[in-house]
Amino acid sequence: MSEKKNERVGVYVCHCGSNIAGVVDVVDVANWAAEKLGHQGVVIAREYRFMCSSPGQELIEKDIKELGLTRIVVAACSPHLHEKTFRTAAKNAGLNPYLVELASIREQVSWVHTDKAVATEKAKAVVAGAVSRVIENAPLEEIKVPINPNTLVVGGGIAGIQAALEIANAGFHVYLVEREPSIGGHMAQFDKTFPTLDCAACILTPRMVEAGTHPNITLLTWSDVEKVTGYVGNFNVTIRKKARFIKEADCTGCGICQEKCPKKVIDEVYEAGLGYRKAVYTPFAQAVPNFPVMDKENCTYFIKGTCKACEKFCPTGAIDFKQEDQLINVDVGNIILATGYDLFDARRVSNYGYGRLPNVFTSLEFERLSNSAGPTGGHIVLRDGKTTPKSVGIIHCVGSRDKNFNNYCSVICCMQGLKFAHLVHEHTGATVYNFYIDMRTAYKGYDEFYQRILEEGNLFVRGKVAEVTDAARGEREKGKLIIQVEDTLAGKQRRIPVDMVILSSGLQPRSDAKEVGKMFGISCSTDGWFTEKHPKLDPVATMTEGIYIAGCAQGPKDIPSSVAQGAAASARVLDKILQREVILEPIKATVDKDKCSGCRICNGLCPYSAIAFLADDNVSEINPALCQGCGTCVAACPAGAISGTGFSDEQIMAQIDGLLLRNIEAVEA
Amino acid sequence: MTEKFEPTIIGFTCNWCSYRAADLAGTSRMKYAPNVRLIRMMCSGRLDPTFVLRALSSGADGVMITGCHPGDCHYMEQNYKALRRYLLLKRVLKGMGIEPERVKLVWASAAEGARFASETTLFVEEIRRLGPLNWGKPIEKLEDLQEEISKMEEVPA
Repeated sequence: MSEKKNERVGVYVCHCGSNIAGVVDVVDVANWAAEKLGHQGVVIAREYRFMCSSPGQELIEKDIKELGLTRIVVAACSPHLHEKTFRTAAKNAGLNPYLVELASIREQVSWVHTDKAVATEKAKAVVAGAVSRVIENAPLEEIKVPINPNTLVVGGGIAGIQAALEIANAGFHVYLVEREPSIGGHMAQFDKTFPTLDCAACILTPRMVEAGTHPNITLLTWSDVEKVTGYVGNFNVTIRKKARFIKEADCTGCGICQEKCPKKVIDEVYEAGLGYRKAVYTPFAQAVPNFPVMDKENCTYFIKGTCKACEKFCPTGAIDFKQEDQLINVDVGNIILATGYDLFDARRVSNYGYGRLPNVFTSLEFERLSNSAGPTGGHIVLRDGKTTPKSVGIIHCVGSRDKNFNNYCSVICCMQGLKFAHLVHEHTGATVYNFYIDMRTAYKGYDEFYQRILEEGNLFVRGKVAEVTDAARGEREKGKLIIQVEDTLAGKQRRIPVDMVILSSGLQPRSDAKEVGKMFGISCSTDGWFTEKHPKLDPVATMTEGIYIAGCAQGPKDIPSSVAQGAAASARVLDKILQREVILEPIKATVDKDKCSGCRICNGLCPYSAIAFLADDNVSEINPALCQGCGTCVAACPAGAISGTGFSDEQIMAQIDGLLLRNIEAVEA
Repeated sequence: MTEKFEPTIIGFTCNWCSYRAADLAGTSRMKYAPNVRLIRMMCSGRLDPTFVLRALSSGADGVMITGCHPGDCHYMEQNYKALRRYLLLKRVLKGMGIEPERVKLVWASAAEGARFASETTLFVEEIRRLGPLNWGKPIEKLEDLQEEISKMEEVPA
């Protein structure tokens, strides 16, 4: 232990109101520290109601100045919450901020244990560990690196578009990467948007055009991010721009190639399988950019080697069958992920019959049916393409709030179901039944919309649908789809025959969300959505600095919330850009060249290739710009030649001893 | 035993996953056994096996090592190095006559507060069953040493 060091340590035990003091005897902890840790250098131990408050911080600052403290331990909450606060307080009083340690006695003690005596004992051990450790802390200097002002936005749905526009309008450059041939995302597929029933295209396409023509936005559609390296302020991103087989510089977007292409393909993406596109196509008329892409799998030329109708008719010679994927490398300072969601696959709820019973539709199929630009020109008809339904059942919560599928509420399905009810009613005059578990119409104007749908005469049945079947019992049900449901308000089983069933499917994380998260160094929640830094206070930042999230990638949400998050994420990015430089934690490894034997064990351990072997000197050297501070090489060096700042062997060994001090005391007593 | 044995356990956590899982267990007010005292590192890859030996020699009855799930390491793949060292360390412990079960590796992501809490409680029970790690008193006379050796069980390789 460190009796040889002459440090003057101050210990501050926070009550956190009753959060800590309700379980831990904070006065006892402070008194014990003052009495028993004196030999370690503790000269003062205080307890205070709220250490993070201004008077709490002033207490520390005053003691540093008046008592000449050289080390500070604050026993309070997690360092992830207030480490910065107390480091700043120390700095203000002239003490190096890295000479402060937090002992987490709230998250790790008072909130998770109930026995007061045991909790107080553990709190003492945690404090003793922090005191032992802080003595071994070394003063460190923050590392400042310049921030690249360019930003990468991944995903060109409404959240990504909003984020890109905000940053571009502020005068900074944005690379907007979209996987599909056009930006617009799911919103571009919708007909109307709740609760105002604005036409989705009317409000979305001007934004798309703005993003597509903005001088500060480089639009990269039909492109995927392949690799991300670097760190906040200095990311390097490799983007694969897939071959469109169209020379963008020459293409005018006239559409003749699509017209002349003889190959019809079912459009599974944009038209949700209800309509057709050609083998060379733009997904929809207002696509941005307006250049088509060639679908290699279905193009006759690529399959049989002949055709080239598009090439023959293209007035500008823009078709290029030899085009190859392009790898583009860009440097950016910040990244916003707005990668959106996948629709829940309604086939999984086999008792609702989607895929088996033709007149069961998914929500996305219905959006295309009711859209005047859709495959039926906006006529709501059955799968035969001509019969107008006389009665329609809309089932809510499909795949959501269901332990068999997704536990969470998908947020939008109630309002979506109500919107469908309105559209069916308006277009066809059919009788509409809504089957719901609970009606969730929070937010501005939403409940008013629900009232309006009720007043329109739509019918509501409260209960989770058990089954949709075509097995008729009697004349009334013949040729119909029968919805079997327990009406929980009436308290009885009902069979309701309808012509058409619409499943208000939930949202789920992108099937590749995990891999994408891994590539950008962020994590997913147990449900698979990207995890935000703080669920309430930092919903668009992530645990990885410089990576932000917006829209449904973070969790199910409606359009207004997606737009708000896109804007919020861009505000965070602009804040970073305007700071011009970013402060990095000075946690780095260094090699003591006198001790290094040149064994090179560490060389292969570093995932960032930060360790280079200097053959002339027969030693290894660590590049501090590349080192991320994980400490793996420190632990591996057989000669003990590598040391890591912030988490040195001495600090950790001392903390182990400190944590076990109470046991030693007990043995001695 | 008249009194229930309360083991002391040192837990090594990764700043990015398991330490945050512990934070989450806290903010979610999940209750777990109070026997584990945590040390934060930047990564489970930082775990020098001598830390574990130090903890055991300084009075800990068990050591819990926690890190990001395989494939989820914040530093790409350093948790695999922790896994490698852990497996080797267990063999070393066996050779030293210490039950290798006294050291346990648990993967816990930042979202797994519940898992962190339940694994902690489970490990405490496992160590409780093993009983205290008795290092014995320092040996002063040669005869005592010979007696100690005669009492020892043979350690399987």
